[in-house]
Amino acid sequence: MQLSDTDLVLGIESSCDETAAAIVRGGREILSNIVASQEEMHAHFGGIVPEVASRRHAELITVVVESALRDAFVGWRDLALLAVTRGPGLVGSLLVGVSAAKGYALATGLPLVGVNHLAGHITSSFLLAAGGTEPAPREFPALALVASGGHSDLALIEDLGRYRRVGWTRDDAAGEALDKAARLLGLGYPGGPAIERAAADGDPHAVDLPRPDTKDGFEFSFAGLKTALVRILKNNDVQQSTHFTADLAASFQEAVVDCLVRETVEAALHFRARQIVIAGGVAANRRLRESMATAAGRHGLSAYFPPMSLCTDNAAMVAAAGYFEAAKHPPDPQQMLSMKVDAALELPA
Amino acid sequence: MAAPNGADYAELVVDAASPEETMALGRRLGELLCPGTFIALIGPLGAGKTTFVQGLADGLCAQGAITSPTFVLMRLHQGRVPLAHADAYRLGGAADLAELGIEELADECVVALEWADTISDTLPEDRIELRIEYTEEGRRLDIRGQGPASSNAVRALQP
Repeated sequence: MQLSDTDLVLGIESSCDETAAAIVRGGREILSNIVASQEEMHAHFGGIVPEVASRRHAELITVVVESALRDAFVGWRDLALLAVTRGPGLVGSLLVGVSAAKGYALATGLPLVGVNHLAGHITSSFLLAAGGTEPAPREFPALALVASGGHSDLALIEDLGRYRRVGWTRDDAAGEALDKAARLLGLGYPGGPAIERAAADGDPHAVDLPRPDTKDGFEFSFAGLKTALVRILKNNDVQQSTHFTADLAASFQEAVVDCLVRETVEAALHFRARQIVIAGGVAANRRLRESMATAAGRHGLSAYFPPMSLCTDNAAMVAAAGYFEAAKHPPDPQQMLSMKVDAALELPA
Repeated sequence: MAAPNGADYAELVVDAASPEETMALGRRLGELLCPGTFIALIGPLGAGKTTFVQGLADGLCAQGAITSPTFVLMRLHQGRVPLAHADAYRLGGAADLAELGIEELADECVVALEWADTISDTLPEDRIELRIEYTEEGRRLDIRGQGPASSNAVRALQP
């Protein structure tokens, strides 16, 4: 499909806790980016209730889409393409976004493309956000790390719209490991930011924690690290000392960051990547940003991070990923309305 | 769990010194199971629930990598017997089995539910309960089969 630098794409995202819509120009420039989070609601219930989450997405989706159009000062006629996340994520939540997108496609006659949520995260480093940092240059191949509560994937970006999964986790995702460590340390939810806050006052080398190296390929493993923390907590009375908690948080964060940096840089060198891009909720972690930049720099590589607002789930990344996906694989109008959600969707191998 | 009552109850306690031993026990159990088995996995963070399921999946010849299902709540793996690998951790006690989409799959799959003790409604009567706890040397795995089918499976597992 021929798309120009000025073509506008509406992106829709509802794979997990965020209901989001955005307008992006030319796969690069964000005109609007609306995100409604359900985090508070989950806190209220003490957990996620998939049925309630889906219902909430359904209530919010049209409001969010209309806000995205209004904020960008555009109408349906100005758009060239619709893009929606079709996986991975929670089935019920994905269905809301995909059903809404099909409805909009039918009503407007616009082409619709399904987007892999992970391709979205990868694309976020190449977006120009208002007040944000300079986006990553379009130099390929590049190596992407997507690290969040649900993913720890390494992907080779051969070109925008062409991604290959080259690394993954054997057990827990990086964000999940941080989240569970926060729970063990009694630091509250969401765990990632809580660990980072507590770690600020701690010594990252105070406690010796393992950095599991899986040896074969570019695989992460965080389960052993979690177990090591449990052992330490069993043998020490952490409640007695906030200082020890800070040291543990800092040491745990350092171990996770070390593993992420080591595999990412190794993979980048192996595939002769010209740069590294980092995305997903864990990319918001400042220690990871620092450490990755230093390690990449040692090999003459640059590491790019999206602005904080684009690290967590959003629809601008979906609009941009859809733009590049449609250029490579033009949406077929006959197939568009039979698009299926895929809760376990992965990047191609 | 209800009081042990003879024919429909079997229990096996195994000490595992390493994740490999936890996995091996899962594999042996997996080789024995038929569709409709429900396994409730109970144990603290890092105990080895997912590790056990990795072995279980091997025994069931289930396809695809077994990773923590915490984020996605449930993963379905095709195999000799399909495996529904579910996780109630993120539900925080706020939801029930129907919410996980397990109920409609239960008859044709082996269901392995992590954090089963946090779910708000009752688990199937006929079930295998695996409790894992930390010991000085590693882990203690306490496997209890309740009901005709599950107790038979646990009995077959006994040395």
